[in-house]
Amino acid sequence: MSSDVVNTKRAKRQTAGPYGKVGNAINELDERLGVAKGGRTFMDKIFPDHWSFMLGEIALYSFVVLVITGIFLTLYYIPSTDLVTYHGSYLPLDGQRVTEAFSSSVNLSFAVRGGLLMRQMHHWACDIFVGSIVVHMARIFFTGAFRKPRELNWTIGTTLLILAIVNGFLGYSLPDDLVSGTGIRIAYSIILSIPLVGSYLGFWVFGGNFPGTTVIPRFYILHVLIVPLIIIGLVGAHLFLLVRQKHTQFPGKGRTEKNVVGTPMFPVFMAKTTGFLFVVSGVIALLGAFAQINPIWQFGPYTASRISYAVQPDWYMGFLDGALRIWPSWSFHSFGYTIPFEVLIPAVLLPGLLFNIAYVWPAIERRFTKDNALHNLLDRPSDRPKHTAAGVATLALLGMLFIASSTDVIANFFRLPLNEVLWAMRILVIISPFVAYPITWKICKEVQALHGGGKRKTANVVTRTALGEYVATPAPKYVDDEHQELDATPVPRFIVEGDEPESSGVRVADR
Amino acid sequence: MSDHDELRTPVSLQGIAADDPHLAPAAHNPQIVERVIAVTFVLGLLLVAGFGACYWVNAKPWTLGATMGGGLTFLGIGLIAWGKYLMPRGPFVEERHELANSEDDRNALAAAIVERGGGVVKRRKMLAGLLGGGLGIFGVVAMFPLLRSLGPLPKGTLFSTDWKKGTYLVDITGRRVHQGDLAIGSIVTVYPAGLENTDRGQAVDQTVLIRISNENFTTQKGRETWGPAGYLAYSKLCTHLGCPVGLYEQELQLLVCPCHQSMFDVTNGAVPQFGPAPRPLPQLPLYIDADGYLRSQDGYDQPVGPGFWERGASLS
Repeated sequence: MSSDVVNTKRAKRQTAGPYGKVGNAINELDERLGVAKGGRTFMDKIFPDHWSFMLGEIALYSFVVLVITGIFLTLYYIPSTDLVTYHGSYLPLDGQRVTEAFSSSVNLSFAVRGGLLMRQMHHWACDIFVGSIVVHMARIFFTGAFRKPRELNWTIGTTLLILAIVNGFLGYSLPDDLVSGTGIRIAYSIILSIPLVGSYLGFWVFGGNFPGTTVIPRFYILHVLIVPLIIIGLVGAHLFLLVRQKHTQFPGKGRTEKNVVGTPMFPVFMAKTTGFLFVVSGVIALLGAFAQINPIWQFGPYTASRISYAVQPDWYMGFLDGALRIWPSWSFHSFGYTIPFEVLIPAVLLPGLLFNIAYVWPAIERRFTKDNALHNLLDRPSDRPKHTAAGVATLALLGMLFIASSTDVIANFFRLPLNEVLWAMRILVIISPFVAYPITWKICKEVQALHGGGKRKTANVVTRTALGEYVATPAPKYVDDEHQELDATPVPRFIVEGDEPESSGVRVADR
Repeated sequence: MSDHDELRTPVSLQGIAADDPHLAPAAHNPQIVERVIAVTFVLGLLLVAGFGACYWVNAKPWTLGATMGGGLTFLGIGLIAWGKYLMPRGPFVEERHELANSEDDRNALAAAIVERGGGVVKRRKMLAGLLGGGLGIFGVVAMFPLLRSLGPLPKGTLFSTDWKKGTYLVDITGRRVHQGDLAIGSIVTVYPAGLENTDRGQAVDQTVLIRISNENFTTQKGRETWGPAGYLAYSKLCTHLGCPVGLYEQELQLLVCPCHQSMFDVTNGAVPQFGPAPRPLPQLPLYIDADGYLRSQDGYDQPVGPGFWERGASLS
């Protein structure tokens, strides 16, 4: 040990080693936790550059916004159905008997500074969260990123989608306004429709007959603690597996099954992704500022015998609502028992079937293609016509069900009889997958036959003429087209100093 | 490309020359990009500070969102541009290391589980059985407090309402409905007297009262006396999912559920004409007492609201 007294700044700097305070901190940490090697590897992790890899980031960052705005809301929201007389700043409701849940939701919108913004941001972030998960999932599906070895992460992602939808519904229910209360009643009736145990489950969830007094506090604890904890845990697992198995990548120059080409975690990806976090939060804040969402004070408090007209649930519940609208009234009575198929099939079995197919899809596809190899290079959707067509057919079905959730609005808007709109939607829902499948398959086949189409970074624009002919023309060059022609190099362990006499110390790579 | 090949040597040592093209920024003219980014950062900084100012003076909510959202967006765009155009343009590569271990390693793990664990269990089958039984029983027993405590059993509550013989029909304010109260073609939601402000009265007993022009109208066989003076009362709970059937199409005499557009024919025992509802709305038999007030002859003859498993048993 040196006994030199270090008392000048300069002496301190000299003893600090080549990397100064950061180096010292790392030394201390590494002696205790051994973080140096792993930390360096993490800094060097490569992220492929493709816009579609950004979709999952939108989901992650809108979740960050959800957590932050959600914490704000919990400080003012009161999860209680006790009745109070409203005397707040929203005068049209003055003197009304409302639940504390409703009155606190209105109060946090109007009486808490920044409250309305936080509430609207929370709601918008939720819609964006679920939406980006769906689009991200579609990307993973169409490019084949879910294949071995990533089936487990596909399963986690599907679970996250379900949890996101469930938590969205729970949160939407909390203000206890007229529209969300009707939603809770529908949920109760859907639970009742389950054969054998439905009425018991309904009573256990609601602590008795609808509406009871426990459902709001129960939904609250589920919404703010239990479901978010599971989501956070699964998001952690999702990202851990992503790092452990490394990213997939599109085929291209120097990209193989055995490497990953792109930008390193630090500092390039870190800068871009942190910037993207700001942009996602910023856009959500702008939506919260300028696009009104769920104005509960206009709907009024929930009263079980009142209802509003032409209301739709949040968009991600639309496909269920649409299915409930168009499903025929096939109730089953026999042997003294009732099976409400008119509810059970569209609201329980249909989503159950859809999500179960999603869960087992990797296994189904492995069985049909007899492909048990590891895949790190992505497909282009046109490479696998049947697979792509199946995905598009499913999306077509879901899209039609979503449209069917506004039969009344469509009928009103186009001045059509409701009956005709309903029948049109029934037919469209049934035929849309059968139409979407062959069209998609055909387009995939035609694009496959096209030479030079879709080679990454040769940037061809593929157009289809009126006669059905495909033409690929080179796209105009973009500013950063050229540098992509470089071969990829490993992230350097160190940077060799240049000859410039002025340069002192290690040159910083990022200028 | 040829000078790139010369860089192979430092690459293999995992070092790189400072003037290597991989480290150069992607922008052709970094100075200009740097200036543009500086402008976005300044805008972002001003807007974020403006957010603080708006909060301080309690400005309108939209100004809070506009300043915060705009500020974050500008800062974010600047940071992205910094990463994309001014940082080393790469591309860089990393090798994938095979995740799978050697067959020996796998066998070693399998052996540890099968031989060590399996051996221990096989030798003491009885103990393992008892332990498994204990945990199994606990698993089942633990379900009781977890599930059963959540709420009461439904018992008969889904089958009955609070409408009894002679119950007065009252509106939401608790006022009894007199036979002269409703004009022909109008509609009001009624509750059993005394329950108009209760959860159960509103969620279960809610009934829609309609007055049609025909006196003593018979909606269905066996209901000859149910609709005195053109007053017809139906459960307001949709038989599809329990939404209040709150819309009345006066000309066609249809009750419409706003949730999923089931339509019920008021003049024909509220049989569904359209939509997903599987059953008619149950009708409440009415009479007009000596003072001219509307009262129920009896309760509903069947469970109200949506279907459930045990429901069929009550119909036979």
